[in-house]
Amino acid sequence: MVDDGIVLNALRKVYPLRSGEVMALDGIDLRVQRGAVHGIVGESGAGKSTLIRCVTGLERPTSGSVWVDGEEISAAGERDLRRARRRIGMVFQHVHLFDARTAADNVGYPLRIAKVPAARRRERVAELLELVGLQGRGDSYPAQLSGGQRQRVGIARALAADPSVLLCDEPTSALDAATTRQILRLIRDVRDRIGLTVLIITHEMSVVREVCDSVTLLDRGRVAEHGPLAEVAGRPGTRLARELIPLPPLPAGGAGAGVEVAFAGADTASVFRTIGGLGDGVEVAAGTVETLGGTQAGRLRLDVPADRRDEVLRALRDAGLHAEGGEAR
Amino acid sequence: MSWLTELTSNPAITDRLPEAAVETLLMVGWSALLAALGGLPLGLWLRSSDPGGLRPHRAVNAVLSLVVNVGRSLPFIILAIALIPVTRWLTGSALGWQAAVVPLTVGAIPFYARLAEAAVREVPAGKVEAALLAGASRRQVLAGVLVRESLPGLVSGFTVTVVALVSYSAMAGAIGAGGLGFLAISYGYNRFQWDVMIVCVVLIVLLVQLLQTVGDLVARALDHR
Repeated sequence: MVDDGIVLNALRKVYPLRSGEVMALDGIDLRVQRGAVHGIVGESGAGKSTLIRCVTGLERPTSGSVWVDGEEISAAGERDLRRARRRIGMVFQHVHLFDARTAADNVGYPLRIAKVPAARRRERVAELLELVGLQGRGDSYPAQLSGGQRQRVGIARALAADPSVLLCDEPTSALDAATTRQILRLIRDVRDRIGLTVLIITHEMSVVREVCDSVTLLDRGRVAEHGPLAEVAGRPGTRLARELIPLPPLPAGGAGAGVEVAFAGADTASVFRTIGGLGDGVEVAAGTVETLGGTQAGRLRLDVPADRRDEVLRALRDAGLHAEGGEAR
Repeated sequence: MSWLTELTSNPAITDRLPEAAVETLLMVGWSALLAALGGLPLGLWLRSSDPGGLRPHRAVNAVLSLVVNVGRSLPFIILAIALIPVTRWLTGSALGWQAAVVPLTVGAIPFYARLAEAAVREVPAGKVEAALLAGASRRQVLAGVLVRESLPGLVSGFTVTVVALVSYSAMAGAIGAGGLGFLAISYGYNRFQWDVMIVCVVLIVLLVQLLQTVGDLVARALDHR
């Protein structure tokens, strides 16, 4: 199997316990193409971290295989693994910079390990610090930097040895909203410039919306949903679609029955025209429209007179929209 | 100022004291150096063979831990007596400061090993993983991450070890090691020359103060957290 990017084949990971065993990953098939940004979401305990640890080779799968750029990580011996890891950069939630080294020495660490000569190393470190917007801060120790700056150093370190794959484990979960946006922009920017394959683990849907091209939802060690963002958002009623396009909180009050309409890829104006044509008493109570992966997707909540609920549902479905009857309230 | 004239005219103080002070410094200095050279690798080995370590090995860890515990639980004075044959074999004599270095080192190695192990344990697993993912070998992780990141703690632990050695060296004085402890016991205690005892104790207290202050300064200078 010679293939760029990341490929997981029937990946299983079982942890033995005194009381039986825990199935952390239960047959994962996944393919992330070169240059794509792929998000892995799921609740804690769904197997996200185990999955990324299998990709790095820190964890050996129980069965199945892991490939990065055509090299089988899951079968590599120690020496091969060390070499293969130079093609993998990793960004951690808690950054894990070396506190005893300056920012420049942190960034230069993978180069030092790869025995890059000092002069070349200095050049490359300067380049990387500039890339992440920290030129001139090379002599600072991590303790002297802000959380966002530390994560920038972490990203620069991950990119130092010219990896082809960047793995991010909750890269923004410890950061505030503004810094999160900056870091996500940086990751996207880096992907565009270097053509990296990026795998991001996160529990924040906003991260997926902002940077991912495709997404996988893990549930108890299995792939529950999977696909390009636009496609996933276009499967109304699924968990990913609901979470990608959250409805704003409903206003209090309102009479009659609730009907939920979801659409993707459709012309938004025509959706509203359809709703407008539903007649008396039908009103939009809440709604979200997002542009995901280049298409528009949205969810609307309608207030409908209780006696017209079935009729409205039928009309919406006839118009090619996904509609569900909520509970009367 | 009669006590001062008494102090400066007592031959035990004017003749023996400078010599004894130098002996204490040599004894403590050499055994501290050897304890660091032996204790640091032992502490690293303890940590690495631990279930969460770089190269977990249950049996090795259990044996190391047992040896260290036995070494630490023997009262120093018993250890020193038990080691007399070894000391004689190594240094040719059981007397003098050179001979005392043997039991002092043997006593201090497990002591420092535990302190070093604890200091290294403070390095978060994530830093080790970050280094492994940069392609670092175990040896590179050991030196470049575990030791380097825990340097302030390793220095603090070393300071504690050196201070303990000062106190052990006084005990070694009781069995013929020379030094300030020997002086305090043989003149101060056995011959009722309390002034000698007090001078020795004051010198030991000053030495410990100095060591602790220097140790703290170095640890702080190395700490970038």
